[in-house]
Amino acid sequence: MDDLILRTVARVLVPLVQLCGLAIIAYGHVSPGGGFAGGTVLAAGFVLYALAFGQEALDRRLPERTARTAESLGAAWFAVLGLVGLAAGRNYLANVLPPGSPGRLLSGGIIALVTAGVGLKVAATMVTLFRRLMGGEGGERP
Amino acid sequence: MTPVFSALLALLIACAVVVACLKNIFQAVIVFAAYSLIMAVLWQLLGAPDVAITEAAVGAGVTSLLFFGTIAKTGGRPQ
Repeated sequence: MDDLILRTVARVLVPLVQLCGLAIIAYGHVSPGGGFAGGTVLAAGFVLYALAFGQEALDRRLPERTARTAESLGAAWFAVLGLVGLAAGRNYLANVLPPGSPGRLLSGGIIALVTAGVGLKVAATMVTLFRRLMGGEGGERP
Repeated sequence: MTPVFSALLALLIACAVVVACLKNIFQAVIVFAAYSLIMAVLWQLLGAPDVAITEAAVGAGVTSLLFFGTIAKTGGRPQ
């Protein structure tokens, strides 16, 4: 895959796509979107990068180890945030932060933090999925 | 139903039928991406922007890429 048009477009598009994904994750609690949708867009940026510059380039930018760690971190972050609610003497995933004013970025209490964890997990999972599919038999087994 | 909504619905059904009828897998995946994109617009018109974003990102984006990857791996020859 050595296409000049693809590489030029990808160079411009990948940062925009990933920025869009991060924005969807960050604004998940005040506007449509959230962890899953934003994480998927973020991962699509990585996949586009891999398609344009080759899987080796993606391995340099985002090693498989890092992706796997990010995946576990996202899930652990979700679980720990839930336990914070239990520690406060309420339900699992209960809100322990001030709710803030509706519609602002700093609102929704714990939801924004949960969404960030979900986004990280989904993005890393999508990239790993693509890598496993394209990696072939030579890929490292988990 | 507005004319735009009806036209999109007709296009959606046409895309779905074409996906099922196409013999060339590569073309089928492209039409399937178009189906997802139309579906995303329809979700938005139905007042579900959250689902629309997910449909556009997953249906038109990641699924198509994974299908293309599979075609590249298997050669994509129709049975």
